[in-house]
Amino acid sequence: MPPDPDADLVTRLRAGDEAAFDELVDRLGPSMLRVARMYVSSRAVGEEVVQDTWVGVLRGIERFEGRSSLRTWIFRILVNVAKTRGQRESRSVPFSATAGSDDDRPSYEASMFRGADDQWPGGWSTLPLDWRALPETVLTSNETLKVVDEAIASLPPAQAEVIRLRDVLGWSSNEVRNALELSETNQRVLLHRARAKVRRALDEYLGGAG
Amino acid sequence: MSNDLSCRDVVELLSDYLEDALPADERERVEQHLEVCEGCRRALEQLRLTVRLTGMLSEDALTPDTRAALLTSFRDWRTAPGAGADDPA
Repeated sequence: MPPDPDADLVTRLRAGDEAAFDELVDRLGPSMLRVARMYVSSRAVGEEVVQDTWVGVLRGIERFEGRSSLRTWIFRILVNVAKTRGQRESRSVPFSATAGSDDDRPSYEASMFRGADDQWPGGWSTLPLDWRALPETVLTSNETLKVVDEAIASLPPAQAEVIRLRDVLGWSSNEVRNALELSETNQRVLLHRARAKVRRALDEYLGGAG
Repeated sequence: MSNDLSCRDVVELLSDYLEDALPADERERVEQHLEVCEGCRRALEQLRLTVRLTGMLSEDALTPDTRAALLTSFRDWRTAPGAGADDPA
């Protein structure tokens, strides 16, 4: 693992440096809120989870050993706080370890491929829509982004967690695995399924057949 | 097709391909397939754009109330770092 870019912040936090705290809250706050919102029913409770997490971070910072990055460590605390809170709200709680065989729907409809007795079994019978032919203004419009947002919101929780951290927040796959305590394979499978569903929703919106 | 992977197989490997998580031999088979298959190139582009669009979703900032409460927590902690024994970590 490369050296933690936040090592300096840890030292400053321990020394009670308010600017360091502010900087971290600025940088991580929005992502933390997004992750918290996966586990609890309202934005207000999500903000409380973020607050409780920071209290936990401050209390624990003296014992932080730097075995993971500061960010990963903070998000692990966050997920624990959020899960506990979500359970208290008796909301169905995402639990990554149970992720898996809820659905094995293929990425593209079977009807888009040639049958087993064809000359090229499993080859395309209908080509996917060429998104490169679409104007950038359509692709990146607010309406299109709304489709993405809604598709993610309707994913099974474990898939939503992974795609939010990996693709929305842009974490490395290692960071995602560590924060959610997933195996490498499990993380990849969840990501694959999540992306496949978002792609499908986009394709339906953008006018494709698949 | 240039090898044993069908288009139907390839599309299920594209996310791992983008993650650079395929074993070298499988990666090579996917790349060989992509070279000769317009349909799978389109599928790859669809997935790439899906990832890009997902990355464009905005994040919500914390409310000023939460920020203020956090600052209070921080100052309390600085005054009495040992206060409160429970640790949610």
